[in-house]
Amino acid sequence: MSSAVTLDRISQHFESVVAVDGISLDVDSGEFFSLLGPSGSGKTTCLRLVAGFDQPTAGRVLIGGEDVTAHPPYRRAVNTVFQDYALFPHMTVRDNISYALMVRGVTDSERRRRTAEMLELVQLSGMENRRPAQLSGGQRQRVALARALINAPPVLLLDEPLGALDLKLRQQMQIELKALQRQLGITFIYVTHDQEEALSMSDRLAVFKNGRVEQTGSPQSVYDKPQTAFVAGFVGNANILSAEQAGRLGMPRRETALRPEKIHLHIDARTVPQGAVKCSGRLLASQFLGINTRFEVEVSSGLVLDVVRQNALEQVVPSAEGEVTLAWRLDDAHPLGAQID
Amino acid sequence: MMLTPWGLKLINSAPLDQLWPRIRRSLSDRLFKQRTLLLLILLGPPLMWLGIVYLGSLFALLAQSLFYIDEFSGMVVHEFSLRTLRELFTATNVDIVARTVTMAGAVTVFAAVVAFPLAYYMARYSGPRVKALFYLAVMLPLWSSYLVRVYAWKLILAHEGIIRWTFEHLGMARVLDSILAIPVLGGPSLSVSYIGMFLVFLYIWLPFMILPIQASIERVPTSLLDASADLGAHPAQTFRRVILPLVFPGIVAGSIFTFSLTLGDYIIPGIIGSSRLFIGQAVYLHQGTAGNIPLAAAFSIVPIVIMAAYLTLARRLGAFDAL
Repeated sequence: MSSAVTLDRISQHFESVVAVDGISLDVDSGEFFSLLGPSGSGKTTCLRLVAGFDQPTAGRVLIGGEDVTAHPPYRRAVNTVFQDYALFPHMTVRDNISYALMVRGVTDSERRRRTAEMLELVQLSGMENRRPAQLSGGQRQRVALARALINAPPVLLLDEPLGALDLKLRQQMQIELKALQRQLGITFIYVTHDQEEALSMSDRLAVFKNGRVEQTGSPQSVYDKPQTAFVAGFVGNANILSAEQAGRLGMPRRETALRPEKIHLHIDARTVPQGAVKCSGRLLASQFLGINTRFEVEVSSGLVLDVVRQNALEQVVPSAEGEVTLAWRLDDAHPLGAQID
Repeated sequence: MMLTPWGLKLINSAPLDQLWPRIRRSLSDRLFKQRTLLLLILLGPPLMWLGIVYLGSLFALLAQSLFYIDEFSGMVVHEFSLRTLRELFTATNVDIVARTVTMAGAVTVFAAVVAFPLAYYMARYSGPRVKALFYLAVMLPLWSSYLVRVYAWKLILAHEGIIRWTFEHLGMARVLDSILAIPVLGGPSLSVSYIGMFLVFLYIWLPFMILPIQASIERVPTSLLDASADLGAHPAQTFRRVILPLVFPGIVAGSIFTFSLTLGDYIIPGIIGSSRLFIGQAVYLHQGTAGNIPLAAAFSIVPIVIMAAYLTLARRLGAFDAL
């Protein structure tokens, strides 16, 4: 597959602050690619470098194989959906959406036709004469999307587009965005700090930390085979065991990530299956979360493990301060720092 | 007043220093519950000042324009008449109005043109320290006497002044002379020409244009400019389609200052320029030496009417839509 966007060892320094530190990425065409990381990790800066709003201090940006590092934003074949939507407040919905056509001098009738198409695509027909201030957050989001898509760009950049929406609407928009991306076959580069969002929508994702990419891969490979403690902790939850702790629990002496849901909690030690890694511990706290329950279990000298168990009716609820046995398969404990094969 | 022994005892037993906090608390509670009362207390004094003292005297002045002056005795006749207002439309007086409005218009347009780039730099590019320096530079002239600055300009613009001197030393005295040879606008020297007067007006009112424009540029989120470029707009298109419409209210706000201040000023036309009158001078002359208060009042209506028309036009153009 050809690459839609390539970042070639780009760096971005703002005075003494290094926002992006020598990142290289390849985004395949037609792919839903997420840049995931905490705030200040450089993901938005990366997106701005692709859009052309900022110039990299070093490195190259390629779009569709062409070096566009020196090109201003208005000569790049990408469009952006902004975090605050950046709708023009003095224009109607129609004028906002058809802005890209207007500045290129497309005829009025053609503009109207394509704007109507876009309005239909984002289900906002009938709203064309409203101003952005008269729309709800979700509607503004759709206008921003329609405005960015009207030029049919090969690559769409989205900067935390769902950040300002409430949970229900966000989940609905996640599904719609993903469907839209499949339908249009456009490359999406999606910036988010929400790991759930990144996992559920992306074909691939890159995890950012301090201006560097920690790991790139499919959601499943990043979740199941985190390469660093940071990735293990940021993408989902993880118990991070030091090499020494891992060794004491009868595992190889390496830093190890262990997902809470992979640990099984046994009240009776005899129910532990053969061949599992096991250890006994004391239950410190439990938290009922509806779909599951989270336990904190202290195993040997100060090591506290997070355990998550699906709730079911016939389950025995362990008593507080009680003795429990934890068990997991060795395969489910993931040694860190290993290369993905 | 009847007090039960019990009530009397209560009041006596409360030490005086507890009485004041109690009154204060009940007053606070009262004001918190009765918003109208609070509003009345807050707005009463300024509204009295504005409504009675200021607007009252303004209307008293304007009412004078409906009286007229007896041509023989030179006394004001306190009878309702449109005679004085009609007098505004004599050729001389129309000239005065036209001259003033043209000057105010020219000063406003050029002030906006000069102020915009400066305001844009202040709002978008300057760091905090440079911006503070710019604020200082813009405001500093306002701290010194207006009269001193105007007289300073008279020296600068004079035939022996630094401008002429500079042109001469650059061997370009002819350029200045040909500028001064422009009919109507020119004159024997800059200090007695409309061009000179224009320059001084421009200088004096420029801060009032820079500050509102700068404030409105700062209110435009940079993401809108990014979005415009992202959608394929060249910088010129972004300027025309996004920046200008959004900054327009600021320009109008600034123009209200420069336009109205120029309309009413009588000091600059008195010191710089020819002896031909401006509205402010006409008001000054008629109410003072000529003792023709009705005509002075009639003249002072002119800027009010012009400003009303100007604001209506600005509103029509959508200047206040983005407010």
